Amino acid sequence: MIAYILRRVLQAALILLGVSVVTYALLYMLPADPARQIAGRSATAETVANIREQLGLNLPFYEQYLRYLGNLLQGDFGRSYLQKTEVGELIAARLPATLLLMAGAIFCELLLGLTAGAIGAIKRNTSVDRTLMVVSFVGVSAPQFVVGILMLYLFAVVLGWFPIGGYGTFSHLVLPSVSMGFLGAGWYSRMMRSSMLDVLRQDYVRTARAKGLGRARVFFVHAFPNALLPIIAMIGIDIGMFMSGIVVVESVFGWPGIGQLAWQAIQRVDIPIIMGVTLVSACAIVLGNLLADLVVPLIDPRIKLR
Amino acid sequence: MFSKALKGVALAALIAGAGLAGTATLPTHAHAGEGSITVTYKDDVSTLDPAIGYDWQNWSMIKSLFDGLMDYKPGTTELVPDLATDYTVSDDGMTYTFMLRKGVKFHNGREFKASDVKYTLDRVVNPKTQSPGAGFFDTIKGFDTASAGEADGLDGIEVVDDYTVKFTLKQPDAAFLHKMALNFAHIVPKEAVDEWGQDFGKHPVGTGAFMLDEWTLGQRLVFKANPQYHIAGIPKLDSIVVEVGQEPVVALLRLQRGEVDIAGDGIPPAKFLEVMNDPEYKDLVVSGEQLHTGYVTLNTKIPPFDNVKVRQAVNMAVNKDRIVRVINGRAVPANQPLPPLMPGYNTDYKGYAFDPNKAKELLAEAGYEDGVATTLFVANTDPQPRIAQAIQQDLASIGMKVEIKSLAQANVIAAGGEADQAPMIWSGGMAWIADFPDPSNFYGPILGCGGAVPGGWNWSWYCNEELDAEASKADAMADPSQAEARIDLWRDIFTKVMDDAPWVPVFNEQRYTIRSPRLVAEDAILVDPVHIPVHYDYIAVK
Repeated sequence: MIAYILRRVLQAALILLGVSVVTYALLYMLPADPARQIAGRSATAETVANIREQLGLNLPFYEQYLRYLGNLLQGDFGRSYLQKTEVGELIAARLPATLLLMAGAIFCELLLGLTAGAIGAIKRNTSVDRTLMVVSFVGVSAPQFVVGILMLYLFAVVLGWFPIGGYGTFSHLVLPSVSMGFLGAGWYSRMMRSSMLDVLRQDYVRTARAKGLGRARVFFVHAFPNALLPIIAMIGIDIGMFMSGIVVVESVFGWPGIGQLAWQAIQRVDIPIIMGVTLVSACAIVLGNLLADLVVPLIDPRIKLR
Repeated sequence: MFSKALKGVALAALIAGAGLAGTATLPTHAHAGEGSITVTYKDDVSTLDPAIGYDWQNWSMIKSLFDGLMDYKPGTTELVPDLATDYTVSDDGMTYTFMLRKGVKFHNGREFKASDVKYTLDRVVNPKTQSPGAGFFDTIKGFDTASAGEADGLDGIEVVDDYTVKFTLKQPDAAFLHKMALNFAHIVPKEAVDEWGQDFGKHPVGTGAFMLDEWTLGQRLVFKANPQYHIAGIPKLDSIVVEVGQEPVVALLRLQRGEVDIAGDGIPPAKFLEVMNDPEYKDLVVSGEQLHTGYVTLNTKIPPFDNVKVRQAVNMAVNKDRIVRVINGRAVPANQPLPPLMPGYNTDYKGYAFDPNKAKELLAEAGYEDGVATTLFVANTDPQPRIAQAIQQDLASIGMKVEIKSLAQANVIAAGGEADQAPMIWSGGMAWIADFPDPSNFYGPILGCGGAVPGGWNWSWYCNEELDAEASKADAMADPSQAEARIDLWRDIFTKVMDDAPWVPVFNEQRYTIRSPRLVAEDAILVDPVHIPVHYDYIAVK
């Protein structure tokens, strides 16, 4: 187990290193010149050259990258070109909002997805089942910005139940969480439904029924926990999916997380911020996957990590 | 020596009155204002350091936190002294002496002195500051060595006594007083800059009407009235809450619900007609002119635009009225580089009338009777690509096959700064909004030879040395008695530029701001041509 974790952590470090090289290289190849952007439109050529030198932008690619990596290993993400603030500080200020939103989204997708999936399995091939599966299909297919804007319009603008975007209270959290969880809920309901149907066909379920247990008890105590197994592994992988979702959902709802930060930075080619957010997201994805792999054997003793 | 005797106190009263003329009550007490407003922006506020801040969100905030020696009468482009009470200009236009206002306090309680003026400008031109505005001060003596980092400060600034400061220039500069009103010349106290270093922009200390009270990164900023502000009765509000990260559409919805007082990014294009046609909101929309021209640059170094006939043909082929319709009439068609609000605008000039047939003839004369292919660069945010398509269609009708390259703004700017990259650029989203209301600002960087350098903003790579010489002559006419002749000369220069047709001036964008019904301010304050986007100091609430 320990050896396994060590191996995975080492792998993760290599992946992150790879991500940092590729991202840095891609941003390096962009035609936009950071020194000119900082210098502004009234700057003289000397000013631009001076800034380029101060930032080390005149160095060859590998030297720039090694410099960045060196600072990074000391926990220094650099200073934003346009926001003039430490990137670490910007990310730290926004990370709590993103984590809160992710927690909300995971809660929503589990609540909606598992409920819909379980109901679908019990009522299989009825109109209830079909309706739920159509809704889940829409959930899986609909782009998040569409879902987000529709929810915002319906529940905040027309009905006025929730605030129109923003951050701060519980009611601010509801719509973005649901918008983000809707996609996952679609997946989970379909997974839950088929997993549940599998389990319900198992011998031990039939035995439980045969020995006279009530439907509800068989369902909740015997079938449900077993049907959950494949889903738990999914949650870890979901964290990676969320990393792409937060950029969209946070922008729609004005949610002050790192997704919004990334979106603003991309529009203005603020390279240190793009690098920082990319690395933090990559960390989250790697960690999520690792967590998923580690948690499964804890719940299901039949699975062993090697 | 001639002197412009403008007495500070009288002036302050004038300014305070001007902001209120035609609206509700005059304040009867001198203490800081009442009430609070909420303003929203999409993008984060980057920095509030006046030496560095140069974007839509922070421009006017910095003006409210800091003061310069000069400012403009609220809602106008008329220059008036601010932290100075008076100034004199030597006969040769080489020396400016400013008498400073006494008793003005920084937010930290210390009195503002002449040494702060010198410190501020030394800091701006110091290459370590990385100020995007350093270049504006290149006419001050000692700029070259100071900006190269070879000298500690500018030789040309002399602290005569605590309340007098003298600037010596290396050449006469008629726009110098405007430059003293720029954010980059707004006064900062040394001790606060030393304390916060690179983070001064997050902990601004100035002499302005508002002080920064709270800043939650990525969420909101709160400004509080400065009770010691040097203009009595200003500011009119007690506080301003700025919320960032709000999409313009969301901001508009919140405004309609009464949660927001000013949507800082204006009315989103997609909602424009809806808002304008709604009787409930019509009266809440304020429109005003701005110092802006949207134009297409024609790169004079790349065929076919190296031929003046082709450039003229393009000028005749573009249907500007239709483009204005594409953006729902939020602009007026333009025929020359200068916007109508700018001194030197030529009201008699007719420009190139829309005439596709004549355009085709000119193209044939230039040797392109069978048509020609070229590329138009454009920023990829709405409505710019739609405008590019309209231009594409117009040019197709005279036989020019235009390929549209729609890129992130920073990449378009980078392409424009290279001589051989972009044959045509639609400037939308990056177009020139004047830094100060003087025609010189519309020439040098974008039409002069000095801007036609790698990384420059003269994307036409147009360089007419004769006109450059005339421009230098105009800039040297610093004596106020020559002011009119100088403007005439500039008018002439811009008219001559159009003979060479390096641009297609397309339209002058109007600014539209929407505000809540409880806001009390003259329209001009809400679309102030200098305090962009709004002049916070003069806004009140019911």
